[in-house]
Amino acid sequence: MSESTEQTEVVPAGVAALEVVDVRQGMFHGSGDTSGYGGLVRTVAMPGATPRPYGGWYDEAADTLTSLLPDYDAAVEKVVVEHGDLTFHVRREHLVDVARALRDDPTLRFEMCVGVSGVHYPHDSGRELHAIYPLLSVTHNRRLRLEVSCPDGDPTIPSLMGVYPSVDWHERETFDFFGIVFTGRPDLTRIQMPDDWPGHPQRKDYPLGGIPVEYKGAEIPPPDTRRSYS
Amino acid sequence: MGIEEKLPSGFLLTTVEQFAGYARKGSLWPATFGLACCAIEMMAAGGARYDLARFGMEVFRASPRQADLMIVAGRVSQKMAPVLRQIYDQMPEPKWVIAMGVCASSGGMFNNYAIVQGVDHVVPVDIYLPGCPPRPEMLIDAILKLHAKISDTKLGKNREAEVRELEAAALTAPATHEMRGLLP
Amino acid sequence: MSTNVEFEGAASEQPGPDPYAAGERRTTEGRVYTVTGQDWDDVVSGVSANRDERVVVNMGPQHPSTHGVLRLILELDGETVTEARVGIGYLHTGIEKNMEFRTWTQGVTFVTRMDYLTPFFNETAYCLAVEKLLGITDQIPERASVIRVMMMELNRMSSHLVALATGGMELGALTAMIFGFRERETILDLFELISGLRMNSAYVRPGGVAQDLPPGAVDAVADAVVLLRKNYQDTASLLVDNGIWMARTQDVGYLDLSGCMALGITGPMLRATGLPWDLRKSQPYCGYENYEFDVPVRDTCDAYGRFLIRIAELGESLKIVEQCLDKLRPGPVMVEDRKIGWPAQLALGGDGLGNSLDHIRHIMGESMEALIHHFKLVTEGFSVPAGQAYVAVESPRGELGCHVVSDGGTRPYRVHFRDPSFTNLQSTAAVCEGGQVADVIAAVASIDPVMGGVDR
Repeated sequence: MSESTEQTEVVPAGVAALEVVDVRQGMFHGSGDTSGYGGLVRTVAMPGATPRPYGGWYDEAADTLTSLLPDYDAAVEKVVVEHGDLTFHVRREHLVDVARALRDDPTLRFEMCVGVSGVHYPHDSGRELHAIYPLLSVTHNRRLRLEVSCPDGDPTIPSLMGVYPSVDWHERETFDFFGIVFTGRPDLTRIQMPDDWPGHPQRKDYPLGGIPVEYKGAEIPPPDTRRSYS
Repeated sequence: MGIEEKLPSGFLLTTVEQFAGYARKGSLWPATFGLACCAIEMMAAGGARYDLARFGMEVFRASPRQADLMIVAGRVSQKMAPVLRQIYDQMPEPKWVIAMGVCASSGGMFNNYAIVQGVDHVVPVDIYLPGCPPRPEMLIDAILKLHAKISDTKLGKNREAEVRELEAAALTAPATHEMRGLLP
Repeated sequence: MSTNVEFEGAASEQPGPDPYAAGERRTTEGRVYTVTGQDWDDVVSGVSANRDERVVVNMGPQHPSTHGVLRLILELDGETVTEARVGIGYLHTGIEKNMEFRTWTQGVTFVTRMDYLTPFFNETAYCLAVEKLLGITDQIPERASVIRVMMMELNRMSSHLVALATGGMELGALTAMIFGFRERETILDLFELISGLRMNSAYVRPGGVAQDLPPGAVDAVADAVVLLRKNYQDTASLLVDNGIWMARTQDVGYLDLSGCMALGITGPMLRATGLPWDLRKSQPYCGYENYEFDVPVRDTCDAYGRFLIRIAELGESLKIVEQCLDKLRPGPVMVEDRKIGWPAQLALGGDGLGNSLDHIRHIMGESMEALIHHFKLVTEGFSVPAGQAYVAVESPRGELGCHVVSDGGTRPYRVHFRDPSFTNLQSTAAVCEGGQVADVIAAVASIDPVMGGVDR
């Protein structure tokens, strides 16, 4: 019986490249545990850049964006098409320009930014904090996403409030939960947690904060400290 | 509590106790403290099918100064806990608290940084009502149990004696972790 | 009840100063007045004596007229609101973070409690996003999609009924509250019959729905539709063309199309500006393209228009529910793939609700794979391929979006909900400022925020 069990990445077919974001060892690794769980190695790989053609209206949109931006390759790191959704990974310095181009051009016209979603990848060094902006075009009935990343050491992203005022509270919420500082906007304050709360709760290094529950002699630990096999 | 304390204990106090208990439970006015999903079931309990008006409780007083029952219906977040305490403090005596739902009783399914694990960390609770959310009939059952508790409340010296008894019993009761259920 | 008991021997204490007594005190941000009633004259004279520039009134978080724990900070000049700010977060539960420590199916029970008036919409948005990541969107059985649509439309009706009921109650139409909740009971009975719980049932699960419709459900729904179609007219006839209601809601809470687009507003608020934007029509999901219904639109941009839209949507939802009953065909309600689909059908036995005896006989006696699948699915859960997906559904309040990120494991890596109430509530300042204090109530009622969704 082999000591180390490679668990292959669970990936959808048809995606060209994969980017390894994290490699996880099983629990009880290195502790002398013989159950086999210690040898589990799981590579976490997110879908990487999709090669052209993207399909549907995506190619046309990418071409229009190329013509509108002064330097498309500097602004857009990569384009990912997964499960039929288009995501532009944009470098943070060019985020406002890209958003303005997407909003104003008549063939693109993404008038609404429906929110900001933060994600924390603690082991993807240099790109730990991501902010995802889903955009909606009511005129053309289309959707796409913008994704921006920033490192933990310098967690700033330029604010899109000047382009889409609707991201006001969403940016405050993302700041509250992840610590991403959105620059160039008034009043970036906490919105969900109390104003003097320390830390940013939805980061992966922030504990879930539960308490152990005791019932007739047995004590169940909070969910984030229980045994986990995945 | 005023004049009852100056009377000697005896049949007169007992009758006053029953009368006072009956009066208090007969028109117990809840303060609106609906927070989340349980609040909707509380509103449904006040609605036409499960009618709280038959208990004299259809007036959900907006001002805590006019209320004597606080039904904490829903999950209490860390930000809301001081508000909860302030509303409780603003209620005049006598006042009672029902912790409606598992989130108010113990934090419920949300064992995390944001929820107070049981409002008894913040206010003293008389009735804990589990459920997620409890049906309006369960809420009415809890209210009726509270009515029974209120109408049996002793006053004056009897109350002091009862408190001493309860305290003595609580001191000698087995700890929760010693209770083994059906196991010997 | 706390006891004010004096024990012998204890020194009698003087009660301390009541911190909530009426009075004023100076703080670093100006004077703070605590008002206990019947002393407004003192406050006003205090204000004018000190030449304070503005009076900031705090409405909430505990207030009968704010839809849940919403804190409105209003700066008043007489009766006119010069500035309105919103304080939220009083119901923040950390649901999104909690889900990162549960399996994908257990996530449904958390997600269902976010916007607690529309649990089926939350569940469906989440399940559609998870199914997108799994790549099984086309393999969801048709019966499951029809049941999902039926439950969602019934939920839309119950949510609109609560909106009308609480909106009416906040503006003083108490009978609307009674009518709305009476109708809602009919719908909750249906929910209880089909899913087991009146609210917050974890019924829609990734792959389909948790259990099939029980026998008699179709007839019960058909009867309920007839009853509701007759009864909701009570609320409509009470408030539509009612002079007082119109005076309180017409031209109140005005937000035109450019304002809505800038602030990302969707739902009845957007349709009240004249734009017929409804995701069920423009980006259909769950087979909505096969149903015939209209999208009610008004162009008055005010609270009355939104109210009329909600009444009209009640009628449209009834139409869709009837079409669902016609479309139901016998079939599975969970996806075929045994490694994803929830294994058990529940049944009512002598000792309560539990796994049906057929299922238990199957897994214990007939099929080892079935036992293994059941065990692994319930304890560990299925794995979802790495990636992210964003799916939006049209909830009664607007676009409810679910952004799901998976790292390939059995637990969600990150789930974020784009809740319509959160975004719509940003417009509070835009709709309230310049109006009167009483109009703030009407405007917020027409936005119809549900604080569970706002704070999550």
